[in-house]
Amino acid sequence: MKLKELESCLQQVDTFEEPKILLEQYPTSPHIAACMLYTIHNTFDDIEGKLVADLGCGCGVLSIGAAVLDAGLCIGFDIDDDALDIFKRNAEEFEMSNLDLIQCDLCSLEAEAYAKKFDTVIMNPPFGTKHNQGMDMKFLKAALTMAKTAVYSLHKTSTREHIQKKANDWGVKMEVVAELRYDLPASYKFHKKKSVDIQVDFLRFSTD
Amino acid sequence: MKLLTHNMLTSHVKGVTKGYPLLIKATEVKVNEVDFNPQFVSRMIPKLEWSALVQAADELGHRQDLPVELVPEYEKNEEFLKKVHRVLLEVEVIEGCLRCPESGREFPISRGIPNMLLNDDEV
Repeated sequence: MKLKELESCLQQVDTFEEPKILLEQYPTSPHIAACMLYTIHNTFDDIEGKLVADLGCGCGVLSIGAAVLDAGLCIGFDIDDDALDIFKRNAEEFEMSNLDLIQCDLCSLEAEAYAKKFDTVIMNPPFGTKHNQGMDMKFLKAALTMAKTAVYSLHKTSTREHIQKKANDWGVKMEVVAELRYDLPASYKFHKKKSVDIQVDFLRFSTD
Repeated sequence: MKLLTHNMLTSHVKGVTKGYPLLIKATEVKVNEVDFNPQFVSRMIPKLEWSALVQAADELGHRQDLPVELVPEYEKNEEFLKKVHRVLLEVEVIEGCLRCPESGREFPISRGIPNMLLNDDEV
């Protein structure tokens, strides 16, 4: 499947109807999702026939993409009823049967129970802004426990050095796969600008 | 909820030492067709608690002739892998609940999604 086809396909994925600011719910654009998944699949071969986890899956754009790229099974994890409802609807519309969902709180997740069970973890975690400080690192720590081969994640470029230091502390290798511009359209009432471009790093973490 | 997923789920309610395996009480179960990938199934087998899988399949009345013990050299046994594929990926619990074997605490499953959220006093 070509990148453009994947992106086209993911444009059909429904997103949050009423995003919750406290959970930092922002949809991953079809373009960014397609770029991420295309690279994970074509450059690293970490999707097809693999057991994949999507942490903070929201409405499921990354999971659906992974399923479309023939993941053995992709399991989405999220805390929010409404997002999971929309994910379910999306899965039904796409008629993907290699998807599953778990409702849980990644902050109180005992990631050890899932230690090294997943081949690959993919995610676009909350960046940890406003009331959510440190959330990005919590997600990352859980992901690194759960993954056997690699973790793919998006993080603000401004936090790159901090994350690199943590990666060193944790004994994992970090690679900046790409720098992306995350175009966030005004979705909350307090957003003054029409849209904002945030520099994000698409990172790959591996234990080998 | 597929049984591959169920095989990983544990109860982490405060004070529970072994909240595994979660007992399944299903009121609605579906069987869907999922593409068969023998290499994938074969690679998943070592990650499983085999007895928990057999028990879960039993609870759902979908065990058929899945053996109590893993057969040797299953990697090349396509017939066996097909049986495992069916139980791991095609059988799904749509409605019901999961019960912690130690505390009895129930985690609901609705629209195929198990809700593992804990209350404040359980964390």
